[in-house]
Amino acid sequence: MNATVRPETPRFLALLLALLPSFAFADVPLKLWHAYRGGEEQALERAVADFTKATGTPVELLAVPYDAFSSKLTSAIPHDAGPDVFIFAHERLRQFHRLKVVAPSTSLNRSAYITSAIDALELDGQWYGYPLSLKCLALYYNTDLVARAPTTTAELLEALPSLSEASANRYGLVYEAADFYFHAPILAGFGGALFDANGRAQLNTEGMANSLKWVKGLQDLQFMPTEVSGALVKSLFNEGKAAMVISGPWFAGEIDASRKWAIAPLPRVSENHDAQMAPFLGVEAAFVSSMTRQPEQAEALAKFLSVGQATVARVTLGRQIPAELAAYDNELVARDPLVASFRAAAELATPTPNTLEMARVWEPMKLALRAVLQGGTPPEDAGALAERRYRALNRERPDDADPKPWLAGLVLIAIAASALVVRRATAMQKCTFAQRYPEAWRGLAWVAPAAVGVLVLIVIPFAVGISLSVFHHEAGEYSFVGLANFVDILTSRGYRITEPLSFYFTLAVTIGWTFLNVSLHVIIGLFLAILLKNPLLKLRGFYRVVLILPWAVPNYITALMWRGMFHRQFGAMNALLAALGIEPISWFTHFSTSFAANVITNTWMGFPFMMVVALGGLQSIPDDLYEAAEVDGASKWVQFRRITLPLLRPALLPAIILGLVWTFNMFNIIYLVSGGEPGGATDILVSEAYRWAFQRNEQYGFAAAYSVLIFFVLFAWSRVTNRLGAEARAE
Amino acid sequence: MKQVSAWRMAGVHAILSLMCVVALYPVLWVVKLALSPAQTMSLSLNPLPTAVTFANFTDIVGSTDQQGRWLFGRQLLASIVVSGATTIVGLSLAVTAAYALSRFKFPGRNGGLQLLLVTQMFPATLMLVPLYSLLQKLGLLDTLSGLVLVYATSSLPFCVWMLKGYFDTIPRELEEAAIMDGASPAQVFVKIVLPLATPALAVTALFSFMTAWNEFILAATLLNDSSHFTLPVALQRFVGEYKTEWGHFAAGALIVSAPVMALFFVLQKYLVGGLTAGGVKG
Repeated sequence: MNATVRPETPRFLALLLALLPSFAFADVPLKLWHAYRGGEEQALERAVADFTKATGTPVELLAVPYDAFSSKLTSAIPHDAGPDVFIFAHERLRQFHRLKVVAPSTSLNRSAYITSAIDALELDGQWYGYPLSLKCLALYYNTDLVARAPTTTAELLEALPSLSEASANRYGLVYEAADFYFHAPILAGFGGALFDANGRAQLNTEGMANSLKWVKGLQDLQFMPTEVSGALVKSLFNEGKAAMVISGPWFAGEIDASRKWAIAPLPRVSENHDAQMAPFLGVEAAFVSSMTRQPEQAEALAKFLSVGQATVARVTLGRQIPAELAAYDNELVARDPLVASFRAAAELATPTPNTLEMARVWEPMKLALRAVLQGGTPPEDAGALAERRYRALNRERPDDADPKPWLAGLVLIAIAASALVVRRATAMQKCTFAQRYPEAWRGLAWVAPAAVGVLVLIVIPFAVGISLSVFHHEAGEYSFVGLANFVDILTSRGYRITEPLSFYFTLAVTIGWTFLNVSLHVIIGLFLAILLKNPLLKLRGFYRVVLILPWAVPNYITALMWRGMFHRQFGAMNALLAALGIEPISWFTHFSTSFAANVITNTWMGFPFMMVVALGGLQSIPDDLYEAAEVDGASKWVQFRRITLPLLRPALLPAIILGLVWTFNMFNIIYLVSGGEPGGATDILVSEAYRWAFQRNEQYGFAAAYSVLIFFVLFAWSRVTNRLGAEARAE
Repeated sequence: MKQVSAWRMAGVHAILSLMCVVALYPVLWVVKLALSPAQTMSLSLNPLPTAVTFANFTDIVGSTDQQGRWLFGRQLLASIVVSGATTIVGLSLAVTAAYALSRFKFPGRNGGLQLLLVTQMFPATLMLVPLYSLLQKLGLLDTLSGLVLVYATSSLPFCVWMLKGYFDTIPRELEEAAIMDGASPAQVFVKIVLPLATPALAVTALFSFMTAWNEFILAATLLNDSSHFTLPVALQRFVGEYKTEWGHFAAGALIVSAPVMALFFVLQKYLVGGLTAGGVKG
């Protein structure tokens, strides 16, 4: 089962490949990692097969889940365990470069590709990767409903009223308005430059306010639905309920064969001198790893994938928009309406800036868009909101601290600790070690295997994790900053302590979240256990089986279902409320309802555990206790208070302690259900730490400091529960 | 137990049925998405399938890789091997450690127990970076055994605490009597203690199995060969950058959850006793 496929041990593969005659001269295979699926993956497989046929170099493909791809690359390549070539969008190029993961392209023929695609791959006068395909936004329209695509916003606004009828769920325009990727072209059309002359983000501009006002207007007039997700866009368009959709080339593959449709560039903005809406251009490129052992072959593969027959396969099989110019002379490609339309759209697009500054814009902009579209923040104020969040998230690098006093401190602590041990040992002179611990060696021998495992795989990473908290991490480089991270967190620098980003706010939310959930778990679980206890109950086994289900299904799956059920217009929860005559709720726009949605989901998942624990506890309470109480005339309530609860306590207490720790760190539910909405208010400490580590330019040190604080809170809490447990035992 | 009135019973049934509907509803949605031909997710009120197709299931089960190998079969096998090995390794480590912690006095015993609990409190996501370097140094990157060791140790704290609590409730007299009769400590452990702890063993086994069976972030990061990927990683592949194939995702989710659900039902009897007996002394 350990068929290791590292470059230095290719025996297994060499053996396998030697069996195939065409690979008779095969050497070490090149490794190519990607996150493509479906047609795009098929196209890549074909291109790679062609490459092997042409050069004799075998290639090994690995399809990685998109969510794990970037972190896998940045962990694997520096450890020399990565691929020779990988395919990624250009937005991350700067980060990859800073982490020393990519090698510059040596044989890139820049004139062979569309200019903007080449521009996207440039960093400080150096080019990286070979451009494969382009992704940008354009306007899809249902040709049965819209005869001619609007070319200006004035035409668009004229067409929308007759295409929309909110009561029948019909809309003129549907797109993921709350996602900044989709708003960016509109912002550009309204003249809002995202970066100033120095390349710093500027979010509080007139263009920003105007673009937000325009979008908000569309939504208020019910020309477009609220809380649009990709899945909603797809189903509305396929049902003929969306006349126009803003989306990218990937959307073409999602449309039912029965729909008639066409693509046009995004309209010009009449309100701003007919300026063009310019979407972001994403360039997918084949990058050569900086650590490859076969740079020439890797380079050859990356280049091969970006030109000629590989490009044609990408168009015909993958429905991708090629970056290679020559491809457009190919008859198959030239005849393809999708490709032609998107090439036209791409001409109007600007490459997504591959700067670190760009990576800092997404979260503040998401906040502003949601605040306007779902929250009721006036569009004029949203820019300031985004600007504030932007400043809060982009911590200046703290001053370097001198590690010497710290090292001295560590040495002192070590000396003090060993002195303590020695003193205790001498104090115990009266009884020898063997007297005090008669079975010490046997005990240690029994624990040893587990202890080694825990020490190596838990304690060491744990210690490293803790020590990260005194460092600042920026693009692969750590600098020692002492307690600066902690100081920033505890003084909540950059925002008021009553704001969602502050540690104290998040802590309060986390504590409320934990207690509310665990109380509900225990109450519901206990209640059901009492109902299920009665042995005369028919269908008892059936009920028990069904009620355990929420625990048995992996929570990342059911959390996604719950998220869908809380959708404002199309979710089951609001449909249920409507059936009861209650107004639909926009769940994720207010703290209280968003928090409630999380709690409902987590209660659903958590009650079976407590139910099972309580069932076990109840079974061990002898029936004669109740009978005796009955004889004494005690009411059911008194019996519950005096018999059930006290006797259940020893069973429930450990489960509750465990439940508290689990709920406190219940990342999946928060991340998948509310996603921290609105504006990070429902984030708990763990999800906040995760965001600092993985969504805000990899500020690992800051995230580690967060984690250390989480740890302290829980540790303090465990001391309290320990005491409670001791009291329980004493009783 | 005295007779309960028919009305009362009806009330109990009504409440339990309602709770069953609540428990089933989201799961029914997964079933509906899995059976629907469209790869979308729009959740209306009705969770019952309107159109039924098994294409999503056949797509997943029939998936092959570049060389035409049966990918699903290999990934299923990898999942079973990893989860099975995690259960065995995790359980054997936990059982011995828990027994020692419950029965023998040795220096560092209480400290060790506390340390175990403490490590549970540090968010796992941040341990990924150091863990990766560590596994590389040990030569365990991209191996199933590396993954097994990580899973087994990460479920250890829960398992040790569970089992130690359970062992504490088993009267020592039984073991002492066996030793009087000439049994060796190993015999006592295997022949007397372990059989008595069956419910707790079942629960910890289930827990270890689930830890390994459902995890995907570590598996996706540490493994570099798609035929070694475990099923949740394959499942995660349906969630793309621009679009998610909900039908495939739901079908895969059902395939992934089925064995865990089956285990839950088989082990139900033990679950009820095994989780709690640790704290219940009668």
